[in-house]
Amino acid sequence: MIEFLGDVAVWFTEHWDGDNGYLMRLWNTIRLSALATLTAAMIAIPTGALLGHYRRFGVSAVAVVNIGRALPSFGIIALALPITIRIASHVPDGVPIFGSGLGFFPAFVALFALALPPIFTNTFTGVREVDPGTVEAARGMGLTEGKILRSVEIPLASPVIIAGLRISAVQVVATSPLAALVAYGGLGRFIVDGFSIQDNVQIFAGALLVALLAILTEMSFGWLERRLVPGPLQLSAQDSPTRKLRRRSREISLPIPP
Amino acid sequence: MIAQADSSDAFVRWDWIWGHLDLIWEKVVEHLVLTGIALGVGLAMSLVLSGIVLRWRRTYAPITWATGIAYSIPSLALFAFLVPITGFTILTAQIGLVSYTLLILIRNIVAGIDGVDPAVREAAVGMGYSRRRLFFRIELPLALPVIIAGLRIAGVTTIGLVTVTALIGQGGVGFFILRGLNRFFSTEIVLGTLLSVILAVSLDLALLGAERVLTPWSRRQGDAS
Amino acid sequence: MIRLDRVSKTFPGQATPAVGDLSFEVAEGEVVVLVGPSGCGKTTTLKMINRLVEATAGTIEVAGTDITSVEAPALRQGIGYVIQRIGLFPHRTIAENIGTVPGLLGWDKNRTATRVDELIDLVGLEREMKQRYPAELSGGQQQRVGVARALAADPPVLLMDEPFGAVDPIVRSRLQDELLDLQRRVNKTIVFVTHDIDEAIKLGDRVAILNVGGVLEQYASPAEILSTPANQFVEEFLGDDRSLKRLSLTPIASVRLERGPLVDATATRSDVEATMKEHNVDWVGIGAGSRLDGWVWGREVETTAGAAKAAPFSVRLSASQSLREALDSVVSSHTGVAVVFDGDDYLGMLSIEQITRHLIQ
Repeated sequence: MIEFLGDVAVWFTEHWDGDNGYLMRLWNTIRLSALATLTAAMIAIPTGALLGHYRRFGVSAVAVVNIGRALPSFGIIALALPITIRIASHVPDGVPIFGSGLGFFPAFVALFALALPPIFTNTFTGVREVDPGTVEAARGMGLTEGKILRSVEIPLASPVIIAGLRISAVQVVATSPLAALVAYGGLGRFIVDGFSIQDNVQIFAGALLVALLAILTEMSFGWLERRLVPGPLQLSAQDSPTRKLRRRSREISLPIPP
Repeated sequence: MIAQADSSDAFVRWDWIWGHLDLIWEKVVEHLVLTGIALGVGLAMSLVLSGIVLRWRRTYAPITWATGIAYSIPSLALFAFLVPITGFTILTAQIGLVSYTLLILIRNIVAGIDGVDPAVREAAVGMGYSRRRLFFRIELPLALPVIIAGLRIAGVTTIGLVTVTALIGQGGVGFFILRGLNRFFSTEIVLGTLLSVILAVSLDLALLGAERVLTPWSRRQGDAS
Repeated sequence: MIRLDRVSKTFPGQATPAVGDLSFEVAEGEVVVLVGPSGCGKTTTLKMINRLVEATAGTIEVAGTDITSVEAPALRQGIGYVIQRIGLFPHRTIAENIGTVPGLLGWDKNRTATRVDELIDLVGLEREMKQRYPAELSGGQQQRVGVARALAADPPVLLMDEPFGAVDPIVRSRLQDELLDLQRRVNKTIVFVTHDIDEAIKLGDRVAILNVGGVLEQYASPAEILSTPANQFVEEFLGDDRSLKRLSLTPIASVRLERGPLVDATATRSDVEATMKEHNVDWVGIGAGSRLDGWVWGREVETTAGAAKAAPFSVRLSASQSLREALDSVVSSHTGVAVVFDGDDYLGMLSIEQITRHLIQ
């Protein structure tokens, strides 16, 4: 046991550099996750905010989360591959990103898809559940719909929206190891390659790296959330755990393990 | 790595699916067995741990912390941690799967019991219910809706996770996803994913139906003036 | 039946005791009401009787047995307990709720079912409600089920903690009347907690007035407390309308009624004037024997009393109502009297003099 851990420690000293080193792969993972989450945010936040402002399709928010939970992330990533390969075969060689349809392209598409539901649902619900009285008062004072959305609803919904971003980011980072299955060079590579050659040390080291990144992401976003959201609006200050569990937000605040 | 052409032109080859129904059934059963074991063991463990939490409140924080850590670790990494210890076996898969159910189930069981109307509890104790009978005859039945809600989430999540276990030699319908990936056979990938979704939705609906059956009192609302 | 001997309760972390050195007895078949301001420990005292709260000092005996010598659940199965929020089990039908303690005691199904039917009738509910769930009943109905549930195993003692506090005043009054009626039939030993002095006076055979910290200021019948309050605290707690409260204790039936200035329809103007002078009023009632049709101002009678337009008496009281209600009728009527009927039969009338005469005795 101790010997094994010793081997793992040694592994860490030997495999840090180069394109296949863990530093490079760490960077690849972060790059991929950040891009997927940000792109998803750019689409989901405006959409969610607009739909939430007009208070339509309430059922859809819960439905989106439920469907999102039922989709296996493994399946989504795998499904992306034949799709991206087909797309890439129509794109001339040399265009970046698309490449051969493997690697970054399918990984990005899949993670982008997985990142959408939490951000959308949280933004939608957050905006929708802003006290109607406040909105009505703003309208009565003469604010335009757009201004209401920008200056009243979104700021008041910001705790929930940021929570959605956190959930999404954590989910994306947690699912990213599977990207190795579509030939992406992230941290997951160590685990997947380790499985095929049955190298326990590599498997364990890879698992350690992935786990640490995931936990770190969760903690940093949690910290960020606490810093960005003004005290009285903080989610933890508002609800008791029991009430939180009973509202719809119980289904929103739990990330989907990959 | 050079992309190879798909082994066929169609995205989904239904004739292939039709021709492999036996294999499909085998994998579906395997999937359900893996899920069933995980949920069963997870529920049992969660009931015990919840019992501890309800009796000694101070344990709630550490228990939530521990199960929360397990929940934060990406599933692939969790299985990877276990492989050097327990190999590519069902045990490895189950340890991982069960760990993911604990957080949500414990939270829901505790919240469900806490949510029982204090007046009901006071009336029951005042009438002469012992601690044990109170828990099993009053608190647990009334906490059922919240507990089943937790089971639904845990169940759907577990079904998705079982697909990942294909990477450590188990898999259920994840078998098709993995094989389709390796052979560049999109039909299998679609099949595996679709089956997983169908199983998840079916389990969700089945549990919802179970809740309806087990809690006839929550449906009826009178004039309660 | 129930004996509290120097009972105290100090909650952990608190400097002053919630209840300090309290002693009193409740006789069998008696309704004792514990009443007092917030913090007087009335609910704590009640809960010490069935050990929902364990006393820190002193002994409590029920039917001669020290309650700490029995297992708490077993003790409670022998004592009925009704609380304000009722606490009906939402996941059980009304019948199942009522049959709870019989179930705990191991009664067989038939015996329980018969008992449930008995109790449903006793508390005035309909048999078809047995299969309903609590959520389908109104507040008043639920509270009745709560009482039935407490009586199911026929316990000798009933503890009630502000049971009627959560319903509206009309329902509350009805429930109080029904409790009194019930008690006449089942004759339990009841300890009742309330913060409402009017409720205490109405329901109690004896009333225990508690001050903060469980200090027993006075323990006597409502009539005695109202006529001779023990000290200033009791006086203030009783409120400024003590005398009116005393009136509410006396039924009209216990006072002698007068016939009043009655004439029949054929009476002439001079008959009317004579009657009015005799009774020193300026109106007459029109009727004969056990009939009373209405009244009329004397000055409006021109030929005969029957020809004048008679106004009906707006309020008709029954002999079982209290002098307080009679007083209310007196002060709100043109005639200054309260008329008492038994169904359609006229019994007599009360004036304010008769009412105050009763108080002064």
